[in-house]
Amino acid sequence: MEITVNGKTHIVEDSRQDDELLEYLREDLDLTGTKDGCHIGVCGACVVLVDDKPMRACCRKLKQVAGKNILTIEGLRGKDGALHPIQQAFCDHGAIQCGYCIPGMVMTGHALLLQNHHPSREEIRKAINNNLCRCTGYVQIVDAIEAAGSAYDDT
Amino acid sequence: MTEKAWRNDAVAKVTGRAKYADDYKFHNMLHVVPVYTGAISAIIRGIHTETAKTMPGVVRVVTAEDVPGCPVFGQIQRDYRILAYDRIRMEGDVVALVVAETRRQALEAAKAVTCDLEPLPCIFDPEESFHSDFLIHPDKETNIINHHKVRTGDAQKAFEECAFVLEEEFRTSSQEHGYIEPEASVANPCDDGVIRIYGSMQHPFVARRFSACVLGEPLSNVEVFTIPVGGGFGGKDDTASIVAARAALCARLTDRPCKLTYTREWSMKESYKRHAYKVYYKMGVKADGHIHACDITVYADGGAYCSVTPWVTWRSTVQCCGPYCVPNVHCDVYGMHTNNVFAGAFRGFGSPQMNYVVEQMVEKAAEKLGMDEIDFRKLNMVRQGSTTITQQVLDNHTVSMGQVLDTTLEKIGYFEKRKNNTYGKLNENGEYYGIGVAMSYRGMSLGAEGMDMCAAIINCQYDGSIIIETGIHENGQGSESAMMLTAAEYLGVDLKRIRYRRSSTSSIPDSGTTVASRGTIMGTSATVLAAKKIKAQMASVLCHELECAPEDIVFADDRLTAPNGKSLTWNEAMTKMFFKREHVYAQATFKAPEVSWDEETGHGNAYFTWVYGCQAAEIAINPKTGKIRLINAAATHDVGKAVNPAFLKGQICGGMAQGFGYGTCEDIGLHEGHVTNANFNKYKMPRASELPDFIVTIVENPDPMSESRAKGIGEPALELMAPATANAIYHATGTRYQSLPMIIAPQK
Repeated sequence: MEITVNGKTHIVEDSRQDDELLEYLREDLDLTGTKDGCHIGVCGACVVLVDDKPMRACCRKLKQVAGKNILTIEGLRGKDGALHPIQQAFCDHGAIQCGYCIPGMVMTGHALLLQNHHPSREEIRKAINNNLCRCTGYVQIVDAIEAAGSAYDDT
Repeated sequence: MTEKAWRNDAVAKVTGRAKYADDYKFHNMLHVVPVYTGAISAIIRGIHTETAKTMPGVVRVVTAEDVPGCPVFGQIQRDYRILAYDRIRMEGDVVALVVAETRRQALEAAKAVTCDLEPLPCIFDPEESFHSDFLIHPDKETNIINHHKVRTGDAQKAFEECAFVLEEEFRTSSQEHGYIEPEASVANPCDDGVIRIYGSMQHPFVARRFSACVLGEPLSNVEVFTIPVGGGFGGKDDTASIVAARAALCARLTDRPCKLTYTREWSMKESYKRHAYKVYYKMGVKADGHIHACDITVYADGGAYCSVTPWVTWRSTVQCCGPYCVPNVHCDVYGMHTNNVFAGAFRGFGSPQMNYVVEQMVEKAAEKLGMDEIDFRKLNMVRQGSTTITQQVLDNHTVSMGQVLDTTLEKIGYFEKRKNNTYGKLNENGEYYGIGVAMSYRGMSLGAEGMDMCAAIINCQYDGSIIIETGIHENGQGSESAMMLTAAEYLGVDLKRIRYRRSSTSSIPDSGTTVASRGTIMGTSATVLAAKKIKAQMASVLCHELECAPEDIVFADDRLTAPNGKSLTWNEAMTKMFFKREHVYAQATFKAPEVSWDEETGHGNAYFTWVYGCQAAEIAINPKTGKIRLINAAATHDVGKAVNPAFLKGQICGGMAQGFGYGTCEDIGLHEGHVTNANFNKYKMPRASELPDFIVTIVENPDPMSESRAKGIGEPALELMAPATANAIYHATGTRYQSLPMIIAPQK
């Protein structure tokens, strides 16, 4: 079974096909940026992109993502280390407090902007509705995703 | 937004590099899993670990018998069983810790630990507990954790002088903090004999106290580090410390690193909540509109253990009449033991409950009197020089109650919009509509509840870089950035020179808990004092070079400048200091100004300064679903000085969201002591599509009681949305909801 994460392909024994993606990312690959908040798929802290679609890593088995492209928060940064525009927007708009929901929020926002470069604030709120944040009241997170949109026009 | 937001940890947090407790791994690390019994109230006759000990990967099964120190600790009363051995008093009590090579092995073996339990009676209602003969802690001789009073004037006599007296009952709910990161701690026993702890917490010093107690070792043997924490809101004090202590215990017993990471369900079952209150409130009003007397009785559900119940309920006592002047007050607040999950610190700390009550009482009184609800507030509210119900004169800072009230009303358009209140009649949209307001004052920091001091260290390097640290913990609120900005401002240097050193319990003196909205006021004040010491040291040495009196040197724009025009860049100054064998280093402590309290009369200068806030909520209710839609909400807060405006706004928005959840949907759902909604599928918290773009206004009246002139915002931001929403619901439906959360039944 081939599991491709952030452009790198890992060969995983078939016996592990029922292993959970979140645990694999965190414990096997040490990609600890993806967080565990509820483990039942309702808080969104573990959202990663699977073929550009937001998925909850706590609810995915390895066999469900084999052969697909998985993108985690660690893979979003440019090769030169520069922040991705959506990451920069989260920094610039004061969207980060404790930061625990942020990887999931950034990935969910990124998935939205790949589809729709200029969503309305209502569309943004709908897109992140399955991502819980207890610190920010969401306003500055919506600001950040809204502001990052124009950077996707060139991609 | 005109200016980009800045905080020192943003890049780490937005790239996934920030390492939270569960992200730490050490060689040879073991995994720890707690064992619960499922019981609520029982005598423990035996704990059977034999089977579990033989299971694959199990290294040790730890019970209270294995504790080298004392298994009982607490911040005020020592009653919390870090491992239960005598009784089960609540669902979340832990009787054993299974330590295994992998987490899965530990989870499996935990199922094999069994207990012989002899059931005991249970008490779930705090008022019932007051009258019950069954003792939850037989050694305490009573279920009353504490009793606070206010005795001002003669309330009983004063009621006879009133035009009318209102008598009402209110109930508030048990709210879960809902931090997105569950508790976790990793303890590493090091070669120097010290156990080093990396945990999710907001009070490393308390975690150290719990750990040292359970280990039976001195504080110096335990070092707790500051690492990123995934939310606290007051909730990562006791329970987080208990988790740290358990990890430390297992690490000491096995001499291997041990990790204890909580699941959401364990966290919600075991961690303390906001106190549920039963409030009996009697308010007497004179014909001229003045509140003349209040008689208040409160039963606060402290649950199975004391935690900080005496402090939480003390704030309720001091603030039991809201921001209003009342000459006659008779108030009794009881913290009570029950067999519910214990209650402790939660953002607001005893004020959200009272604000919910008081801000509805004043509107009821105004209505009965036939007076405008805003005019009634203005007639009775505290002003410059007012005397509070505890006989404190508010004269050492700007009392801005009226200013924040007027600003909020204007920003949300209160007077125009209240014309559309429906009072139970559907509007043209087929909805009920209402707008409501609530205001409060709040004593800053700990007040007379505890020791209040904070340390800061500024350590200037010879290359011009500067390291600072404080005893305030970064809970996500942006405290490190606030300290850095303050240091840069007071030293007159470029912010880029400054690095914040994440302090540990061994690097900086014990500065107390990062709670009580005290981070900014205490931490920046200590930072200012340390900066003043640094400047004095540098000036005394470099004044000869600059040919002026030391006090005439100006520190600004990254240089030191004398009135004669001579100057040194910061780098030049640092090089000179080094060659003069001067360590440019300062430690300063900000001691909170004196406060006072008389427990018998409930009189005293309870807090050294106060903040003022007002929030408004505009709602629509769908009669078919009962769903409350928050259309708009506005907040105005006087914070003294805005240190980092973007994150000040973030604190306010987050507090409003948490306060709206408290008002409309959040309740831990205890059923006979069992937490019935132990994950976020059943415990509902506000989500993005349920909230508006909050309207936030900052008022700055620099506070002379703070060295930096800044005060705090964490808790004021939360404590007003539930009452503002309650008033909006009344204006929409014509019905008072006097129980939290306010659930509106769908109409058939």
